Amino acid sequence: MSSIGTGYDLSASTFSPDGRVFQVEYAMKAVENSSTAIGIRCKDGVVFGVEKLVLSKLYEEGSNKRIFNIDRHIGMAVAGLLADARSLAEVAREESSNFRSNYGHDIPLKHLSDRVAMYVHAYTLYSAVRPFGCSFILGSYDKDDGPQLYMVDPSGISYGYWGCAIGKAKQAAKTEIEKLQMKDMTCRELVKEVAKIIYIVHDEVKDKAFELELSWVGEVTNGRHELVPKDVREEAEKYAKDSLEEEDDSDEDNM
Amino acid sequence: MEKHCTDSRVKGVSTGVSKPAPEYVSSKTINKVIQVHDRIFCCMAGSLADAQAVIKSAKFHLSFHSVQMESPPQVIAAASVLKDLCYKNKDELQAGFLTAGWDKKNGPQVYVVSLGGMLISQQVTIGGSGSTYIYGYVDAKYKPNMTKEECLQFATNALALAMGRDNVSGGVAHLVVITEKGVEHVVVPGDKLPKFHDE
Repeated sequence: MSSIGTGYDLSASTFSPDGRVFQVEYAMKAVENSSTAIGIRCKDGVVFGVEKLVLSKLYEEGSNKRIFNIDRHIGMAVAGLLADARSLAEVAREESSNFRSNYGHDIPLKHLSDRVAMYVHAYTLYSAVRPFGCSFILGSYDKDDGPQLYMVDPSGISYGYWGCAIGKAKQAAKTEIEKLQMKDMTCRELVKEVAKIIYIVHDEVKDKAFELELSWVGEVTNGRHELVPKDVREEAEKYAKDSLEEEDDSDEDNM
Repeated sequence: MEKHCTDSRVKGVSTGVSKPAPEYVSSKTINKVIQVHDRIFCCMAGSLADAQAVIKSAKFHLSFHSVQMESPPQVIAAASVLKDLCYKNKDELQAGFLTAGWDKKNGPQVYVVSLGGMLISQQVTIGGSGSTYIYGYVDAKYKPNMTKEECLQFATNALALAMGRDNVSGGVAHLVVITEKGVEHVVVPGDKLPKFHDE
């Protein structure tokens, strides 16, 4: 679907003759170059999984996080330009904090998602600034409203989802996500499936090592967004690796 | 004064408005119970001019907030909006509020926003000049989880006692009952209030 927008792609304040804003589309390409992040909503919570590519042997484990805490009950997984994503996480944090200061209660996720999406959209209107080169997935859990999942992309739209994927392997990840019956699963079951999907979509040939970042928010954490505890993560990674080996084995049998 | 019963809120207010020394009652029939949203009401206290101005702003703010949220506001949100106005303008204003209402998340609630902008949640609360005379009555007679009828009777009695003793309280008693289903106004003229043996 790539086309050259010669002449109409120099600023976000210009439409092309066929009604496209190329700068926004180029921003989305920046997201597609980044490694995959997925978010899935289940019966009692939301689980995020991020494939964090390891570019150097000197890399410290656990650094360069791509999952942020926006408020106690809200988490954000990002893909795209990490610097842009960090600044948007800060924007989201301020929105949540101001809302609590003004209205005395936690910000509902839909409202936060709308507000941050409006902010992202504002940067697609002017030639003086460039659009944000990142997409992100927001998730939260509340005992009355249940689990919620929203995704915002560089054009500034936000949609609610049961499962979504962003980044280079988003199509493959979406296919895997669609196979799941997430409405009937609990967070503990889902964590293992999320790990498995990340392992499936990871391209061993093009990208070498990766670190799996997993987080969840739900009844299991009492509504707080947290990185998944070490033992749960290890169990999930083991499940993921074992499932992949099984599939490899069954492929060999078929041959 | 306001009361929290099992499934509803009862607010009651007497309607005297007075100016300070020399003491003069400017009206005996002011309604100090104002609706700020479908299921949220406020009692005004202090300078009514200030209170009315604050409520006007809060009402707009809440209405906008409710449209943005696509749902009725929580009672704590209404109380927080009032608190912000009172706190940020504490140098200019002399207004306090008793906010009460019903919302889906937490059911019936009562909040007090005092003059300087402190916000606290209570089960039962009283305010105004006549309230000093009924602290004992309220402390003794309030019990949690009353029915709507018991609550109404309790509020009416308390107001009657206050209006009986306080020279600048009196006129008409306004009571409002707020439940999930709706809002009911009860107005009791001074001469129809329960009589106690002091009169």
